[in-house]
Amino acid sequence: MSATMLKIDNVTLGYEGHPAVHHLSGVIGQGALLAVCGPNGSGKSTLLKGIAGLLKPFDGAILRPGCRTRDIAYLPQQAEIDRHFPATVIDVLTLGLIERRGLFGSIGKADTARMLEALQTVGLSGFEMRPVETLSGGQLQRVLFARVLLQDARVILLDEPFNAIDARTVSDLVALIHRWHGEKRTVVAVLHDMTLIREQFPETLLLAREAIAWGDTAKVLAPENIIKARRMTEAWDDHAPWCEDVKVA
Amino acid sequence: MGPYELLIAPFLEFPFMQRALVGAIVLSLGACPVGVFLMLRRMSLTGDAMAHAILPGAAAGFLLFGLKLVPMTLGGLMVGLVVALLAGSISRLTVQREDASLAALYLISLAAGVLLVSMRGSSVDLMHVLFGTVLALDNDALLLIGGIASVTLLALAVMWRALVAECFDPIFLRSVNGAGPAVHLLFLMLVVLNLVGGFQALGTLLSVGLMMLPAATTRFWTRRLELMCLIAIMSGIISSIVGLLLSYHLSLPSGPSIILTAGALYIASMLFGPLGLIAGQRPHRTHRTA
Repeated sequence: MSATMLKIDNVTLGYEGHPAVHHLSGVIGQGALLAVCGPNGSGKSTLLKGIAGLLKPFDGAILRPGCRTRDIAYLPQQAEIDRHFPATVIDVLTLGLIERRGLFGSIGKADTARMLEALQTVGLSGFEMRPVETLSGGQLQRVLFARVLLQDARVILLDEPFNAIDARTVSDLVALIHRWHGEKRTVVAVLHDMTLIREQFPETLLLAREAIAWGDTAKVLAPENIIKARRMTEAWDDHAPWCEDVKVA
Repeated sequence: MGPYELLIAPFLEFPFMQRALVGAIVLSLGACPVGVFLMLRRMSLTGDAMAHAILPGAAAGFLLFGLKLVPMTLGGLMVGLVVALLAGSISRLTVQREDASLAALYLISLAAGVLLVSMRGSSVDLMHVLFGTVLALDNDALLLIGGIASVTLLALAVMWRALVAECFDPIFLRSVNGAGPAVHLLFLMLVVLNLVGGFQALGTLLSVGLMMLPAATTRFWTRRLELMCLIAIMSGIISSIVGLLLSYHLSLPSGPSIILTAGALYIASMLFGPLGLIAGQRPHRTHRTA
């Protein structure tokens, strides 16, 4: 068993008093390659936000014995990005250096070389001066993966990284994920594609507000678990009893 | 009338024209790039709201000390900063988005300002506060404008990367660095500073024009941020020069002349710029292989 990177200790995360992730506990080991899947509204993105430190739990704690918050690279869903911002590809990559160079530090020759190398790794050599506006969805995702690469983080969180991305780009980016895995980085990816998860991710968390199953992918994605996950109700109940009261009773 | 009399003589012969020219050009240096970032953050109307919001501060200064630069400027600055801070805090700490909190606060502020001005002074004074007088810039006003432009350019240079991150991918910035809210508030302060700077020259209502019109113009010229800022400054400076000359030769009020010139540049760019309407409609007769 590898060292614990993240410990999720009875965590409840959510919005306005309603849980999106309910009393989740588990351990993510160093170098884990973990897929998180589940129906829409099952709390996958919320869990990643919690791990990234963007959302405070109502209850419980996310412990990071193996790393600091800044050792975590978080790639949100593309929808959160302003694609019409007049930035070039290199401007976007520069953001990946913020942790290393700060918001105000200067970018040296070595940094530029690293950015060009990252761009080459994701198959976009020569794109450095392209306006982001002119990139296709897949190209933008490659650029964002290059940014993650530059962050040189020990924990990498990817939220639905392959939505509306073609097969070739997916296979290139999955190769990059395996490279990170080989470098003993911890990767947690929210995914919908069960085939991809079965083929590429040894460990899976099937989430439906609560953990339906967490562990070896083949066992977690057993049909009975998937049916159980689908039964989750998405609706908020404004009159639902308070969880604490239920426990006491 | 030759080109000398048309273009050069007004500035050489009349010191008030020189002051107006220097004031408007220096104002453009700071206000135009701030306008570009406002536009990119989809806060184009925020400048307008803030311009209204600083009115009661200026009015309070006017009420207490008469038509004087320092108290009116300081008053405007303080109220503007308070409104910016409150609007930013409300949106970060509650469910309300910033456009709504800002709208609420600036309306409260504007009504208070009109009330204050009406308590003393004639409508002429109100017109002065609202529309300014670029032809009456004194040394203090020029120093103030120069100081604000210097602070703005310096702050933009230092905050550049943070501002880009905040505009392009705010969630990313939040995930790697806690400075996002501070950057946002600092930026709003720059907006207020530049509106107050334009206040003497163009008045509360029109100072936002020199900030936003050149910024909106740039979108039709380039997709590069650095170039956008440069083009905005150039367009602000051209508007200042042409507007002042028009106002001189045709005996028009100077503030509106400057802003209308900027408006003409905007419309021309919107129609004829490389990313403008006509270029966008024209079908490409030739195309590349890749």
